Amino acid sequence: MNDRTAVTRNEKTLRTDAAARSDPDRRPDVALMPPVDVIEDSTGITLRADLPGVPREKLNLQVEADTLTIEGEVSFVMPGSMEANYAEVAVPRFRRAFTLSKELDAGKVSAELRQGVLTLRIPKSEQAQPRRIEVKAS
Amino acid sequence: MYRSLFPRDVFAELDRLQREMQEAFDLSPNIRGFGRGTFPALNVGGTPQAVEIYAFAPGLDPAEIDVSLDRGVLTIAGERQPDLPPGDDKTTVHVNERFGGRFRRVVSLSDDVDPNAVSADYRDGVLHIHIKRRELAQPRQIAVQ
Repeated sequence: MNDRTAVTRNEKTLRTDAAARSDPDRRPDVALMPPVDVIEDSTGITLRADLPGVPREKLNLQVEADTLTIEGEVSFVMPGSMEANYAEVAVPRFRRAFTLSKELDAGKVSAELRQGVLTLRIPKSEQAQPRRIEVKAS
Repeated sequence: MYRSLFPRDVFAELDRLQREMQEAFDLSPNIRGFGRGTFPALNVGGTPQAVEIYAFAPGLDPAEIDVSLDRGVLTIAGERQPDLPPGDDKTTVHVNERFGGRFRRVVSLSDDVDPNAVSADYRDGVLHIHIKRRELAQPRQIAVQ
């Protein structure tokens, strides 16, 4: 494994403050991990994450230092008197964090959320992009 | 191939292990199997008036989802195109956890649902199917004379 694949391998769990942890109704540390695809090409990395039921206003993307955090709250209308019989999505929250490597330009991340699929594009910084070197014949 | 719905969901993995053990020792298992861990994830709930089914199926074209109800068995089927690029030496796929391909999930419903009162909508990648229960099956208050 080289540093190029660091974005795909090193994941950190978020630090949450003790106050939030002690409140049982709002425990932000319990979340599902969304499945992702990570594809790298010569100009950058494309990350796709499945976040079903997360509307745009409930999606939170953050880049802090070299950590990219994807967080989303599942929200959809449910009849108030509904009793759940069976649930595979038992926690209405998604969270996942990735460590970005040096050559990625965290300031130029673009994001699109469409029908529950988040597509992130993280370009490589100019100097990290491959360049063709001309060989001059003397 | 088995693919978990959510990576590292320990409780789901333990649940799957328990079901698989149970299935292995059961002499006459359910004909439709357990169906856990397959795309899309399902949540099923009910009210006295209706049955609500939520299928977590992101990234689909709503026109391509096939929902049918036949003799109390609800089927959700369709296909999700894998978004992976064609393999060449310029791109590298580092992680591939998202589901791609054809899917089909079957839910057997209780006898009191009305097959003529089904509605479905697709929003933010969640397919919501609402099936009303028959009038006769709904709870009602009986006046004492």
